[in-house]
Amino acid sequence: MDLHFGDSKPTDEEREAVDALLGPPGSAWETAFGDSTVRSDADLRWARGGRAARERRDLLLPGLHAVNDRVGWISEGALDYLCRRLTVPPAEAYGVATFYSMFSVKPRPATVLHVCTDVACAAKGAAELCAGVEGRLGLGSGVSVERSPCLGLCERAPAALVVRAGSPAAGPGGPPPDPRPSNAGGAEKSHSTAVVAPATPEAAVLAASAPEAAEPEPPASLAVPQAGQPGLTLLRRIGVVDPASLDDYRSHGGYTALRRAFELGPAGVIREVTDAGLVGRGGAAFPTGVKWKATASQPDHPHYLVCNADESEPGTFKDRVLMEGDPYSLIEAMTIAGYAVGAHKGYLYLRGEYPRALRLLDNAIEQARARGLLGDDVLGQGYAFDIEIRRGAGAYICGEETALFNSIEGYRGEPRSKPPFPVEKGLFGKPTAENNVETLVNVLPILTMGAEAYAAIGTEKSTGPKLFCVSESVERPGIYELPFGATLGELLGLAGKPGNLRAVLLGGAAGGFVRADEMDIPLTFEGTRAAGTTLGSGVVLAIDDTVPLPRILLRIAEFFRDESCGQCVPCRVGTVRQEEALHRIAERTGAAAAGDIALLREVGRAMRDASICGLGQTAWNAVESAIDRLGAYE
Amino acid sequence: MTAIPLGVPRRLVEFTLDGREARVPEGSTILDACRAAGKDIPTLCQGDTLAPKNACRVCVVEVEGARTLAPACSRKAEAGMEVRTDTERARHSRKVVLELLASSVNLSTTPRAAEWIKEYEAKPDRFGPNAARVDEEPRVDNDLYVRDYDKCILCYKCVDACGDQWQNTFAISVVGRGFDARIAVEHDAPLTDSACVYCGNCVEVCPTGALSFKSEFDMRAAGTWNEAEQTETTTVCAYCGVGCNLTLHVQDNEIVKVTSPHDNPVTHGNLCIKGRFGYQHVQNRD
Repeated sequence: MDLHFGDSKPTDEEREAVDALLGPPGSAWETAFGDSTVRSDADLRWARGGRAARERRDLLLPGLHAVNDRVGWISEGALDYLCRRLTVPPAEAYGVATFYSMFSVKPRPATVLHVCTDVACAAKGAAELCAGVEGRLGLGSGVSVERSPCLGLCERAPAALVVRAGSPAAGPGGPPPDPRPSNAGGAEKSHSTAVVAPATPEAAVLAASAPEAAEPEPPASLAVPQAGQPGLTLLRRIGVVDPASLDDYRSHGGYTALRRAFELGPAGVIREVTDAGLVGRGGAAFPTGVKWKATASQPDHPHYLVCNADESEPGTFKDRVLMEGDPYSLIEAMTIAGYAVGAHKGYLYLRGEYPRALRLLDNAIEQARARGLLGDDVLGQGYAFDIEIRRGAGAYICGEETALFNSIEGYRGEPRSKPPFPVEKGLFGKPTAENNVETLVNVLPILTMGAEAYAAIGTEKSTGPKLFCVSESVERPGIYELPFGATLGELLGLAGKPGNLRAVLLGGAAGGFVRADEMDIPLTFEGTRAAGTTLGSGVVLAIDDTVPLPRILLRIAEFFRDESCGQCVPCRVGTVRQEEALHRIAERTGAAAAGDIALLREVGRAMRDASICGLGQTAWNAVESAIDRLGAYE
Repeated sequence: MTAIPLGVPRRLVEFTLDGREARVPEGSTILDACRAAGKDIPTLCQGDTLAPKNACRVCVVEVEGARTLAPACSRKAEAGMEVRTDTERARHSRKVVLELLASSVNLSTTPRAAEWIKEYEAKPDRFGPNAARVDEEPRVDNDLYVRDYDKCILCYKCVDACGDQWQNTFAISVVGRGFDARIAVEHDAPLTDSACVYCGNCVEVCPTGALSFKSEFDMRAAGTWNEAEQTETTTVCAYCGVGCNLTLHVQDNEIVKVTSPHDNPVTHGNLCIKGRFGYQHVQNRD
């Protein structure tokens, strides 16, 4: 590749941020343009390049994060320098940087306040929160206010997230602070994040001005109303163990499943998981054992394990609670999965909006490595496995399995066409097993209690326990664990069903509405399918009669318009036309809305039939169900 | 890529196409089979010299047993497959795709678009006068070719031709996301500040006329562009010894654009800046 670079130079800060990730430049060719002063005679005869340099393409996204974390936006000079270091064409890197909503290629203040305006937060006053925050933080306040899709904090709506760029924060695990004085002269601020939920304008503004001093988040167990109750399987350690302590995890049954896995051998683990009837919890309900077996049996090597923790479906926060309340369980489960499919490297793709989960998982991985639970010789069994966390940067589409591969590899997070399927050609074109966080965590009880006992939980076709994310107008929002087969009414009974319940959104934005009189729907994959709806990722959003339905539908349509990657026509333009039609009929009913509803049906049908991936295929589900089931616009 | 019939003959795959037995060499797409059978499937993002991107979705067909429709341009024919190309379901998606495209971009120079819109009874106006459009001004930043992204359907063909499929220059990429996605160079700069080497291979593959020779763009603006009066003469480029085929498009005794035959084993439709744009000396008659 004969790459062309512009003549913009990085600032010292930007260069430091990139060098902190990639190490110092290997030769003067990798330094910023124009730096011929440092070019030595040896450099004129040698340059690192070719395949070895290009193989680091997957560091593009971490590199963009490094610059954005440090400066708050990605300048021409920073992007060019990063491209030079990684041998990536600047046009492609620009395409990647502009793909993610958490990055900016235009100057913006160091502090960004993300205010969630999604369905659950909208019902709890997100609009007032935005107005209040914007009223207090005008131009020149040093804070940029950005409206955000669901931040996964629905149990504490309305939510806001502060991200302040700065030098790497000191602390356990983090790099030491730079002792040199900064260019600005004054004390340099460090990179810092703060979650404010439930947020008031005052609290959000306060946190934005000093995120490092913001009030600490309540423990993850606060999101689990059942915490500490007997009979829990997946949530049993949440609120019971210290999420930062490996010893605490081990004294509560941690790492017994991994020992059992080594006794069984890889084929034995796959057999147990298959016999247990475990299916994917991310929404597609694909049998996990089948996926693992298909990956394990591929002759091509290496194999990869990918954990999809890019939880972005509006209304979903179960994976966050699992990772924040019991992070070691995910690390153990990934190790078992990697062992089963013959992978020596696992990637944990975590959504960019989960700073606390990142901190705890980072710590968990480090502790596990220090104790020989990850590394070259896991538990002395001669099996090598390690985990790398990759942060997303604000793109719902990256939860699609093949888009996630592209994102890790340093390309735009656009879905690939299938076939070939990931078990054959996945991450880096190699056989890959990709599983959701909740799916993986289910492997632990399967191994400790045995496939038979696990399969006895739930129904015949949907086995095991399931997590449900209950939010909006219930008395006790949070994550609930119930065996498959409990009814919607039973779940809402636990959470405190409101008297004026109007409808329930099952499965999130990509799911569907059911009526308040359909409380006997069994919460199983087959039961929801028979009822003409979907379980999806386990979202149960209870909507009362105080919020106008058209406004909720409009928010869902906006979400899909914003999050469409733009690759295929039905989704790229269809989601825009859907939103436009819903705008037109927001205040209309009956015959006045009939024409646009017919239009919506036609566009929706084409999106479902002809889109490349699940995003476009499901973008019309919720609206359709609201029209057909709830009689919206009648 | 152009198939050159060499090596051992490939096995034949037998499947059903619109109720009739079809036999195509292994590895053929459904579109190959349709074309061999004389069926006219509309395509926009498909290119005979590029790997299928299946982004436009106008070629979708129904495959028995599949949950969604399949893009004919990329789905390979499999033994025993039952494919229907003309069902109400497939035609509906094609119609809506044409409506979505025609209501958001300018298809006036897209070959056959008007014919397909008529055939599928697509009504792009039904989204109302306020339907969002791409709304881009033509970018005239060099003397050789013009980028009129108001006509761009984001088929990715120019990006693929500029990137690892042909030119390996990587001057352009899709930037932004969703409806705001556009083709651009880094920092959305003018072409003259980019890695572009002006080979014009992106112009060669553009299916909508969003990328065009400056000469064609100027003549269209002046109303003098007339394809019916043009002659096409294929000759060999005289610049170097590679021997690329050039097809000179001539109107009123002036070369107005240069292409290269896609089935030419030397070029596969690709040229360099000299072959593509270096023809002025021919008509410098003073």
